[in-house]
Amino acid sequence: MENRHFWQSEVMNFGWLAGILVVLLALVGMVVSFSQRGFISGVMSEGQLLIFLTVALIGFVAGKKMERQSVLKVALWGGIIGFVAGLSLIVLVLLTGIKPLNLRSMFLNASPQLVKVLTFGKGQGAGFLYLLLLNILSGIFGGLAAVIPGIWGSGLANSALITILIGLLTDIWKTFLPRGVAKFFFANKGFNVTGFLITFFFILAFLLFWSLYGARIKVSYGNVASRQPKKVKITWWVISLVVLLLLPRLVGSYLSEVLDLVGIYIIMGLGLNIVVGFAGLLDLGYVAFFAIGAYTMGVFTSPELGLFHLTFWETLPLSILFAVLAGVLLGIPVLGMRGDYLAIVTMGFGEIIRLLVLSDALKPILGGAQGLVGIARPTVGHIVVKNPPQFYYLILAGIFIAWYVASALKDSKLGRAWMALREDEDVAQAMGINLVSIKLLAFATGAALSGLSGAIFAAKLNSMVPHSFTILISIYVLSLIIVGGVGSLPGVVVGALALIGTPELLREFAEYRMMIYGAVLVGMMLYKPEGLWPEPARRRELHGEEGKSAVTASTAPVQMSEEA
Amino acid sequence: MGILETHDATKRFGGLVAVDKVNIDIAERSIYSIIGPNGAGKTTLFNCITCFYTADEGEILLDGHPIQYLSPDRVAHKGIARTYQNIRLFSNMTVIENIMVGMHIHTHYGYLDALLRSPRKKKEDAKSVAEAQRLLNFIDLTGKGDLFAKNLPYGEQRRLEIARALALRPKVLLLDEPTAGMNPIETENTMHFIRRLRDELGITILLIEHDMKVVMGISEMITVMDFGKVIAKGTPDEIKANPRVIEAYLGHGAAEAAA
Repeated sequence: MENRHFWQSEVMNFGWLAGILVVLLALVGMVVSFSQRGFISGVMSEGQLLIFLTVALIGFVAGKKMERQSVLKVALWGGIIGFVAGLSLIVLVLLTGIKPLNLRSMFLNASPQLVKVLTFGKGQGAGFLYLLLLNILSGIFGGLAAVIPGIWGSGLANSALITILIGLLTDIWKTFLPRGVAKFFFANKGFNVTGFLITFFFILAFLLFWSLYGARIKVSYGNVASRQPKKVKITWWVISLVVLLLLPRLVGSYLSEVLDLVGIYIIMGLGLNIVVGFAGLLDLGYVAFFAIGAYTMGVFTSPELGLFHLTFWETLPLSILFAVLAGVLLGIPVLGMRGDYLAIVTMGFGEIIRLLVLSDALKPILGGAQGLVGIARPTVGHIVVKNPPQFYYLILAGIFIAWYVASALKDSKLGRAWMALREDEDVAQAMGINLVSIKLLAFATGAALSGLSGAIFAAKLNSMVPHSFTILISIYVLSLIIVGGVGSLPGVVVGALALIGTPELLREFAEYRMMIYGAVLVGMMLYKPEGLWPEPARRRELHGEEGKSAVTASTAPVQMSEEA
Repeated sequence: MGILETHDATKRFGGLVAVDKVNIDIAERSIYSIIGPNGAGKTTLFNCITCFYTADEGEILLDGHPIQYLSPDRVAHKGIARTYQNIRLFSNMTVIENIMVGMHIHTHYGYLDALLRSPRKKKEDAKSVAEAQRLLNFIDLTGKGDLFAKNLPYGEQRRLEIARALALRPKVLLLDEPTAGMNPIETENTMHFIRRLRDELGITILLIEHDMKVVMGISEMITVMDFGKVIAKGTPDEIKANPRVIEAYLGHGAAEAAA
């Protein structure tokens, strides 16, 4: 320990990490492309925010590691981390300035644009100072947020995060806030300074208020809820239903479009959750059933092919039926497979379906690479469902059905059998459970929901091409389940909003979608393995159950003395 | 003729004959033990009886009917339930859910009933919850139904595993080292508990056990296995005096000294 140089010390490890991370973010182009949008208008762009957020995050992690140290020392550490990160960026800027080196021939994104973003457009002197200072402050902020005990530390961190989230979604608030209010808080791109400060401190104040009185409010709510559980439950239902029904009117056409897409993924997610979350069968070819649902809708209704002339409602059951048949068909050969093998085979199945619809041989039936056009629109009474807000209601109905199916099955002997299968296949069989039938039922039910989703998707687009059905869809759906919480129904909704909704709202994100997915998934596995909204049971199991923490607390000293 | 018989049951893994022409005959409502050194083939025999492995040769008869070609879930239907040497609970499910999975075959409703939450489904589920509660009482775990199985202490996990097997309402219960890892008091309690299973529920018990006190204390009949073969068979007193058993357990010299 004593022999180690300062440059090899732990704080410097974090410093280097922060430095490398921000330089990489700059070099892959994220910083520049995010800078198209402001976070605080005229002060900080989203690209710059990305850097400071990263530094603050590293500061936070470092702070968490030295929880017992004095606040001053942590602040110093945070400062050092920020300093190193800032210095790394300055070096990067200086390197881009060296002509013979020609950094840009290797790193396309080391552009003058990047230099301008990193120096806040203020040239090298003042710009560097700015950059260094803000990095140091971010590092200190992150470190302090980790170590200041009680509500102040977590309050700072949470209100910063919430404010950032609000700032990123500026466009949404603008669509339904009254003009005057929107103008007060937001500039053309992002917050204005007052808006930022007010939002941040308001949220901080609210979190402090909640920490003081939240417990009391919860208790009194709990009293009401326990006295009249039915009434309270109904009230919640009515409120959420009204909000859900009014949503497209509130948010306008563009956001309805986003909600539609999220909804289509929610239906798929609820279906795949049955297969992966309940029964533990890792299916990577889930997009196949989505494609089959969509293509059934297309083939049976498209006038271009002229094979059939059914309506949307006549075809919908067929879409589901064919998806179910495909589910069973896939299920039979993979009955004996587990884990990785199952994943690979199902992935192959997904590709087979995609290649089939793409093939020239089947072009007369399936449309080939050009796809299908003129797919039927659903009609309700005399209304033809065609614009995004109208489709919203159709998709909402689909979500309700999928939710109902998933929750009804989960709370039944079949749901328990699926869970047993997930936990231990051999023992489940020894309990008299017929593995063949429950596996096929899982595949079939999951496929049915995916087929439903695909049918709506096809009708919504009105036309489709085979390229809409790549393996990426399967991966998105699986990721949203993992992020939301495996096996949890609300988790699917939260996961879809986070992974499908966010990139649609922040188009800059979309370009780096896979990179962000990767980072988010790794982060989740490390810090919140149970997901954003785990099922209550799971939440109890992985975090802070009293009985469990008491056990670990009492055994910890014993283990230590044994080691000594 | 007993409730469970094996006739020359044989199981090979490549060149190794793990179970070699084993014959056992278990009388109804008896407690029957299988003992033998590690690797003698006891657990493999259990796996053959529950059809987790298919016996390569010979017959396994339950109530006189051959079962060796059935799948494990069919055997469970026929009335054989088991526990495992290394506890295999559904650890991320609650205690009561574990027992209810055991009741799967006695809960009579189908996919559509589940989907529509039919009255029949509600009635059947209520029935299994009530029965699960009764079983919880029986194993002294009242009030712990909502805990996760993996959060139970070791002894209670063992009992829960037995309760899950009992939920199948088996005719024959196979217990694989039920007292492994227990202290003398827990072992004593478990012996008492096993006797209750037979006396109160009328279940035939087939037991693998290493603890000689348990084996000699509760078994009516004992089969001794070594290297896949049956080397002795008899009542506890006969087994205690058998030189081949002593040899298998303690080595050649000990057997001579005893003789």
